[in-house]
Amino acid sequence: MTSAQTVPGVTTATPRAARRGAPKGGNPANAGWLTKVVLIIVCFLWVVPTFGLLVTSFRPLDDANNTGWWTIFSSPVAYLQNFTFSNYTEALQKAHLNIAFVNSIAIALPATFIPLLIAAFAAYAFTFMEFPGRNFLFLAVVSLLIVPNYVAFVPILSVYKNLGLTGFPTVWLAHIGFGMSLAIYILRNYMGTLPKTVIESAKIDGASHYQTFFRLVLPMSVPALASFAIFQFLWVWNDLLVALVFIGPGENAPITVAVKNNLIGQAGAGWNLVTAGGFLSMIVPIIVFLSMQRFFVRGLTAGAVKG
Amino acid sequence: MGAKIVTTIITVLIGVGAAFVLYWVLNKLAEVLPSRWEGRLKPYFYILPAYAAITLYLIYPAIQTMVYSFKDSSSTSWVGWDNYTNLLKQHGFQQTLINTLLWMLIVPAVTVALGLGVAVLADRLTPRGEQTAKTLVFMPMAISFVGAGTIWRFIYAYRPEGQPQIGLQNAIVTAFGGQPIPWLEQNQFHINSLFLMIMLLWAQVGFSMVLLSAAIKGVPIDTLEAARIDGANERQIFFSVMVPQIWGTIMTVFVTTLIAVMKIFDIVFVMTNGAFNTNVLGNEFFNQLFTNFNNGAAAAIVVMLMVATIPIMAYQVRHFRNEEAMG
Repeated sequence: MTSAQTVPGVTTATPRAARRGAPKGGNPANAGWLTKVVLIIVCFLWVVPTFGLLVTSFRPLDDANNTGWWTIFSSPVAYLQNFTFSNYTEALQKAHLNIAFVNSIAIALPATFIPLLIAAFAAYAFTFMEFPGRNFLFLAVVSLLIVPNYVAFVPILSVYKNLGLTGFPTVWLAHIGFGMSLAIYILRNYMGTLPKTVIESAKIDGASHYQTFFRLVLPMSVPALASFAIFQFLWVWNDLLVALVFIGPGENAPITVAVKNNLIGQAGAGWNLVTAGGFLSMIVPIIVFLSMQRFFVRGLTAGAVKG
Repeated sequence: MGAKIVTTIITVLIGVGAAFVLYWVLNKLAEVLPSRWEGRLKPYFYILPAYAAITLYLIYPAIQTMVYSFKDSSSTSWVGWDNYTNLLKQHGFQQTLINTLLWMLIVPAVTVALGLGVAVLADRLTPRGEQTAKTLVFMPMAISFVGAGTIWRFIYAYRPEGQPQIGLQNAIVTAFGGQPIPWLEQNQFHINSLFLMIMLLWAQVGFSMVLLSAAIKGVPIDTLEAARIDGANERQIFFSVMVPQIWGTIMTVFVTTLIAVMKIFDIVFVMTNGAFNTNVLGNEFFNQLFTNFNNGAAAAIVVMLMVATIPIMAYQVRHFRNEEAMG
């Protein structure tokens, strides 16, 4: 999400799969050879760039600099025996990506969980509590969804300077602020689909709002929570701009900033190191993505649907 | 390294712990109040931290940025509309605006079209084939633009003629006997911007495909069958039966991508930093702020972006109200 880039479910839409009763592979028009060929070409085009990076990241400097990565297919024996892990060790140690990797985790985890908790409380209030100004305040969230976060940089930098705030909390707080509208929006839409009767009977049994929230609503909202958590984690991990503005290069820099400054920005770094660094920066989001894809997709599609 | 990891874990725990403590305290605070007030104030206590964050990081800065846009480079004295007029009369900035506009015109529409195409085709595969195809196309969404920058350098890389080409595109061109081309320097008709847009499409089409695919599967099968029995061909079925039913999702993808494109920064920053006439507003903002140290110009650029998003904002609010009214 890419910076990440994009914001899912900004407008409500997407009907839930209504075709559940239909036979498997529901669409009666089955794949002809043309469909298959087109899809194979598309998948090939989508995968080749990343594959080239992966191959290059194992090649020594001379090979990477002097021959295209695809030459390993024309003379595999000559090039494959040169394959090495040293690009990775060098990128981790000399370009300080090891520290940057830890920094990225230190930035991304709190910047994912804190806004999730804050937004869940707000979404609960919007869904299950009556209070004056409720609709207006929620509409404000909807309209703020698209305010570009560029507005924050100059004013917040001077706020931080006045307060003397530095390091990880500066980006945590920024990501809490930037992710908040979307989080409230997604979670409220999801909580709106929960059965009201369950919550009301909990109230009759004497449960407080606080108890209902933690024991009932949070566990029931896991699909939406997971979906936003994955999205926000990818967004924060992949973010370059916010980290560049508030943290910058140096000992607290996350891996995106380190790859940009220590590798891409350094003419002498060598293509082999750039690729190893690039791959190191992607490995966590790709694992998160592949292992949680189901949750992510479900949240993207169903999370934005009202019941 | 060990100490670094330990301090990191402690910082993370303190940060997350503080958030929990905050709500515990807020809740206790509400419970101390007389019960009449407790019921009235509790909702506000629950939304307070969220709105504090939104106010501090969006509303206050938005107002402050508007103020800064009428002040000089160090935000000390008022300069009226100078920041705007100075920017708008520069040829470079006009080109930046044109580039941004091109991104907005091309990327969202192509994202929807490609995503829809892949979704429709993949829908005809076996469930396993569909899953595989979708995963491969969706995966770039997990990759940062810094990562994408390292990947795509191997597509666009250029070496002078005679040297071995390590960029895929030039390798193909020279294999067919052509001259190698420095792709990212080709700025006639903004072609190099197009090459950068391809990177965003690569990252974004999967997102579009996933949403549209879910929408397609939500189209009741009997409406398609009915059209087929009435003698409609596949193209007619697609455009007159399917597209109208998934129009809401198409607009969702379009608007979401449009917003992302207006703010695009990383791709341009990593690949060219705006050189060869590929600059966009996001990158120009960053350079005004951190290269020229011109707060006023940077703020003016953000205000232009904000103004440009107002129509989308109005659309969002109206759309949301309609949805609420229907529900």
